[in-house]
Amino acid sequence: MKLNGGQALIKSLEMEGVEVVFGLPGGAILPVYDPIIDSPIRHILVRHEQGAGHMAEGYAHATGRPGVAMVTSGPGATNIVTPLADAMMDSIPIVVITGQVPSAAIGTDAFQECDIVGVTRSITKHNELVTSAQDIPRIIQEAFHIATTGRPGPVLVDIPKDLVDPNNPNSAMEWEWPDSIDLPGYKPTTKGHPRMIREAANLIAESRRPVIYAGGGILKARAAQALRELAELTGISVVTTLMARGAFPDSHPLCLGMPGMHGNYTAITSMQQSDLLIALGSRFDDRVTGKVGAFAPGAKIIHVDVDPAELGKVRRPDVPIVGDCKAVIDELIKAVRELGPQPDRAEWDTQLKQWQAQFPLHYEQGWGEGDALKPQFCIEQLRDGSPEDTIVVSGVGQHQMWSSQFWRFNHPYTWINSGGLGTMGFAVPAAIGAKVGMPGRTVWAIDGDGCFQMTAQELVTASAERIPVKVAILNNAYLGMVRQWQELFYEERYSEVYLSPDLPDYKMWAEAMGCVGMRVEHPDEVAPAIEKANSIDDRPVVIDFRVDWTEKVYPMVAAGTSNDAVILGPEMGEGGH
Amino acid sequence: MANPPPRHHILSVLVENKAGVLARVSSLFARRGFNIYSLAVAPTDDERFSRITIVVDVESSPLEQVTKQLFKLINVVKISELDPAHAVEREMMILTVKAEPGTRGQVIELVDVFQGRIVDVGHDELTIELAGPPSKLDDFEDLMRAYGIGALQRTGRVALPKLERTATRLRSIGKVG
Repeated sequence: MKLNGGQALIKSLEMEGVEVVFGLPGGAILPVYDPIIDSPIRHILVRHEQGAGHMAEGYAHATGRPGVAMVTSGPGATNIVTPLADAMMDSIPIVVITGQVPSAAIGTDAFQECDIVGVTRSITKHNELVTSAQDIPRIIQEAFHIATTGRPGPVLVDIPKDLVDPNNPNSAMEWEWPDSIDLPGYKPTTKGHPRMIREAANLIAESRRPVIYAGGGILKARAAQALRELAELTGISVVTTLMARGAFPDSHPLCLGMPGMHGNYTAITSMQQSDLLIALGSRFDDRVTGKVGAFAPGAKIIHVDVDPAELGKVRRPDVPIVGDCKAVIDELIKAVRELGPQPDRAEWDTQLKQWQAQFPLHYEQGWGEGDALKPQFCIEQLRDGSPEDTIVVSGVGQHQMWSSQFWRFNHPYTWINSGGLGTMGFAVPAAIGAKVGMPGRTVWAIDGDGCFQMTAQELVTASAERIPVKVAILNNAYLGMVRQWQELFYEERYSEVYLSPDLPDYKMWAEAMGCVGMRVEHPDEVAPAIEKANSIDDRPVVIDFRVDWTEKVYPMVAAGTSNDAVILGPEMGEGGH
Repeated sequence: MANPPPRHHILSVLVENKAGVLARVSSLFARRGFNIYSLAVAPTDDERFSRITIVVDVESSPLEQVTKQLFKLINVVKISELDPAHAVEREMMILTVKAEPGTRGQVIELVDVFQGRIVDVGHDELTIELAGPPSKLDDFEDLMRAYGIGALQRTGRVALPKLERTATRLRSIGKVG
């Protein structure tokens, strides 16, 4: 069958089962936009290419299927660089297709030319400049394979205009869908080494103070159920990192919640005092370990990761296991069963419960005249007033930490955020992507006022495309996390962090973008506003919560200090526990 | 006191013979803060693949991280680290040396001793080609410096593992101790 490159590209996406593409056309990608009209693939026209990238990420997070974005060359391509870096850091499978200037113009500084393959080399799992229309099906097939297997990640395919333009002879190709993938340099290991798995089981059987350190890899490997089985079989408690919230139910008695810089006392301290950390799909990120030399000093390490480069990158494991988390946990469960009953760990379990009782997360919502609205209160009200399987999407900063702390994540894939790159402005477009992938679910973006201003224009996309996401802005009129650091570590010298609570007017702005806009200033208005928002299903909703600008995120481990020095609240100052 | 000799590691990297692969490999080294001491790249007997021979100067533990990162590149097929003691290394050099009538005889004599070749002759300069193990090239370069080196170009090393002639198993047991 004779096709042109543009038709072949769209047909390849259809062959890969793509149901939706987030994108924005321009000169170099223009010919590809013509066959889209005749394709069953839904195209969502974004207002800025960064939005397309984050929507693809949100879609992938929520569904587990690769997200797809398509943009033009030059500025279109550079605008999607941030989502690519974000997806790389958080191992999100997305495929980004960029138009490129015609082959003959490459290297001439042509209009809207950018060497995007060069630019994105270190922030993609793989990228490729297509040099022949005939290669398009193979390269697209490889791109999806690479993005979704092993450690998932972003793949960029850059396609010169002449290869997709039916008026150019270079676009002629004979359609052929390869029936196998031949990548001699790409063979991810999925099955763990049996001897290592037995050694891991032995270490578990010997340990008296073990903790399972579950990371985002659990979710990528669809291993939440396996993790639960392992935890229940061994009776070992689980901390869930920022990327793994929901991978183990917060309501489970063995759940310790989030560790790290803003983790809870028990999660942090259990790791510090453990004699065995079972790291499953986690990567010893600096936000989790604090000062690496002082992290979990008495713990042996079992480290399971599909990416061999993670093993020993930060902390040398006693038992390294390369493999898919689900496959390895399944085998580990068998090996643990063979060894018989677990040792008595009552003393440790009692200690954990005691810490949980002694050091819970806390805040106080005053109800008197002039008492400011607490952001944590808003999140708890939102949690209690929304369906249990609501998907929560956050931006980056204080609101992100409070959301992770105060929501109760009892299902996998209900928490979407930018963990590794820390991309402000992630929430709105990622929530739209999640809602597109999971239209039957309630999707709440919990955003900061600083974050919201970075990508809010995508609510125009949401209105136009009838994607009824909901946005809760925790508006404290500041770049709150930066303000918190300036308060604690820069002698309250507040440099360039004030944003104003009502410039812009978020309610009017939301309405201008076709959303329902609301403003909430008092604690007793919170629940009714949320109820109203949850009852609206035909358009996006934005609630501007005017929250206490003095509120800070606690507990906190100051950057570069040991996790033994948890600051529990303002009353403790900087000294730590 | 003289500096200790740099710790050289030789990585022999088999890659797909595609555009941009060298850039991927070299930029990965740069990003991790490694200085590439020398680099040689050419197609192998199989036209689908090229071999990159990279000499880096590092401590061994970060090298493990960089080889793992390198292996994550889709176009990298195989990486072997060659122990200089168990590898055959060769390098080639061409250099132009001052050789006025009074010293020309001495230079030619040294070229003969080192089994080099004179490939170009000027009024008072010679261009010499020399191939061999890198240490031999170093020695020759030292000797020529006394006469005055005008220009010098080395190719960087290529290397292959030494062929096994003894029982591998015995040797590996020896190493464990």
